[in-house]
Amino acid sequence: MRHRSLLIITTAVTAGALTLSACGSRDDSSGSSDGGGTTTVTIGLDAPLTGDLSALGQGIKNSVDLAIKTANKNKEVPGVTFKLEALDDVAQAATGQQNATKLVGDTSVIGVVGPLNSDVGQSMQKVFDDANVVLVSPANTNPELTQGKDWQSGKKVRGFKTYFRTATTDAIQGPYAAQYMYNERKLKKVYVIDDKKTYGAGLAATFSNEFTKLGGQVVGTDHINPDDKDFSAVASKVAQAKPDFVYYGGEYPAGAPLSSQIKNAGAKVPTIGGDALFSAEYIKLAKQNSEGDLASSVGAPLETLDTAKKFIADYEAGGYKDAYEAYGGYSYDSAWAIIQAVKAVVEKNDGKLPENKDARKQITEAMQTVTFDGVSGKVGFDEFGDTTNKQLSLYEVKGGKHVPVKSGEFGG
Amino acid sequence: MNDLPQQLANGLLLGALYGLIAIGYTMVYGIVQLINFAHGEIFMIGGFGALTAYLWLPDGTSLLLALPLMILMAMACSVLVAMGAERFAYRPLRNAPRLAPLITAIGLSIALQQAIWAFYPDATKSRPFPEFDGGRLDLGAFAIGRGDLFLLIAAPVCMIGLGFFVSKTRTGRAMQATSQDPDTAKLMGINTDRIIVTAFAIGAAFAAIAAIAHGLKYGEVNFKMGFIAGLKAFTAAVLGGIGNIYGAMIGGLVLGLAEAMATAYIENIPGMSQLGGGAWKDVWAFVLLILVLLLRPQGLLGQRVADRA
Repeated sequence: MRHRSLLIITTAVTAGALTLSACGSRDDSSGSSDGGGTTTVTIGLDAPLTGDLSALGQGIKNSVDLAIKTANKNKEVPGVTFKLEALDDVAQAATGQQNATKLVGDTSVIGVVGPLNSDVGQSMQKVFDDANVVLVSPANTNPELTQGKDWQSGKKVRGFKTYFRTATTDAIQGPYAAQYMYNERKLKKVYVIDDKKTYGAGLAATFSNEFTKLGGQVVGTDHINPDDKDFSAVASKVAQAKPDFVYYGGEYPAGAPLSSQIKNAGAKVPTIGGDALFSAEYIKLAKQNSEGDLASSVGAPLETLDTAKKFIADYEAGGYKDAYEAYGGYSYDSAWAIIQAVKAVVEKNDGKLPENKDARKQITEAMQTVTFDGVSGKVGFDEFGDTTNKQLSLYEVKGGKHVPVKSGEFGG
Repeated sequence: MNDLPQQLANGLLLGALYGLIAIGYTMVYGIVQLINFAHGEIFMIGGFGALTAYLWLPDGTSLLLALPLMILMAMACSVLVAMGAERFAYRPLRNAPRLAPLITAIGLSIALQQAIWAFYPDATKSRPFPEFDGGRLDLGAFAIGRGDLFLLIAAPVCMIGLGFFVSKTRTGRAMQATSQDPDTAKLMGINTDRIIVTAFAIGAAFAAIAAIAHGLKYGEVNFKMGFIAGLKAFTAAVLGGIGNIYGAMIGGLVLGLAEAMATAYIENIPGMSQLGGGAWKDVWAFVLLILVLLLRPQGLLGQRVADRA
């Protein structure tokens, strides 16, 4: 009897688990031609749509959705209708790779926007490259993704021909922040903390390099576990080291409590970090302790760009529940770049999109030469697939809001 | 080392939090020999209960006034869920092989986490939790946050209360009897079913207190906060000797201290700079656990009991 009940329970649990995992996968409806002579193709999307980073992920999804709707409404590519397939990677590299496999398996997918996290991007690149599907990330900033792991020593090698990004890399984002803090804020002592992830550790390293090169002093370094909430021990160490400011390479779910606990530990110094701290959620979580903290982000502030005015107005008119956040403009441009590549291919082939395998290959080739005036400025890709737009900005939290304090091109 | 008092305070506060959660693991294990892996989620649900109570109150209500209601609401949510879990998930398996309730507990943990994720408004991301206004309280050699005051008062009060309850009241003694020998306790007229429910309820109430302390300390609650906290609290319970309520508290404090010390000082030992800091604290905490279990398999305060398999 005992064994039988164990068996029943195990079966029930297994069946339950299988049902749950089955919920995650939807039908691979391959949308090809419908009756009216138009072709429907899918633009895939991969971002953390739930979990800690969902504020950024939802902004990406909505902006891509807006780009697709705009293209369909204006008949941007005659004879081609676009459709969105959004998948949630919960900021996990393994989930991202599963999503990648699923997307390339769907023959209607001709390009994918995403992901948000650099480590997720790393896990997806090869899958897309093998299938010849373009992957355009609006947010991956780790230089390795495009320039290979020896980029720092000058040996830049592009690993994946289908990988592009509209975001500027940490190779300039970290140093940009270092120059600002050293030259303009005249702060000489920094405590560097990172979360050991591809993005965070990379950013912290490029920052430290530039900061010491300028003559600044790194008075201490530490690493945290991004799933923790208690950073009091690290915070006390920071207070003990008496730095002028703290650099955090990581994302806001851990960055906000870290900054807050550092200030609570008695070190009344600003925390500065990269684009993953540039979120309204950061201020919500760190509350009044976020005052004076800084974040660098890719591109100029959208609100100041003429090209972005239409995007912002359309986004508001679209009635999306979540804000477009840090990557909205880049996500729109990423999707638009794919749409422009499709357009180029269609024009080259007498108004028709070639068969699936050919289409994917030709779109990858067309992507390399796409240029247009996008939300974030002039969009185009260099020989590594990096954006040619090297604009960066710094924001400071003032009165519970991120206020731009500096914007410009990185000057070496 | 001149920040030692501060690091000790950090470690003890974190440890007190672990200890409060660990009570739930240890009480349930002491009576039914079940490791209730859903306990971390009971803790998390308490946090969301408290947040709900706070959001019900009109804007601008002082947190101090809201706190009693938040405590009641957190306890109500946690205790109800824990009692429901006991009644519907564990009681039917009381006489099943031990593996069955264990797997059920893991399944329940996932289900509860996903339920909050799916049905609590906006719970897919971290929800800000109210915090006390004002800065740190400077106590000379070290300082503590205002939110920590709650933990500082609640943890000892709860522990003394529980100690008194278990040793002095009728139900408490019945609980000890059930833990020592359930069959004989039943023969002596003790309603063991009721005792088991009480154990679950007390553990859940402690988890609810811990959840409010967690919210006040870190200023947020989220649907997966129960996982890491639960794992650490379980470790604390084993470290202190699972089944022993004082052991749970001591285990929590030792674990919290070990984490703080490892973060702060391991890297100062010559040749160990790569093995210190926040990234390695969990490694050292578990090294400590392994050492303790090697030397004292029953845990710090545990008693050597015959395995009742």
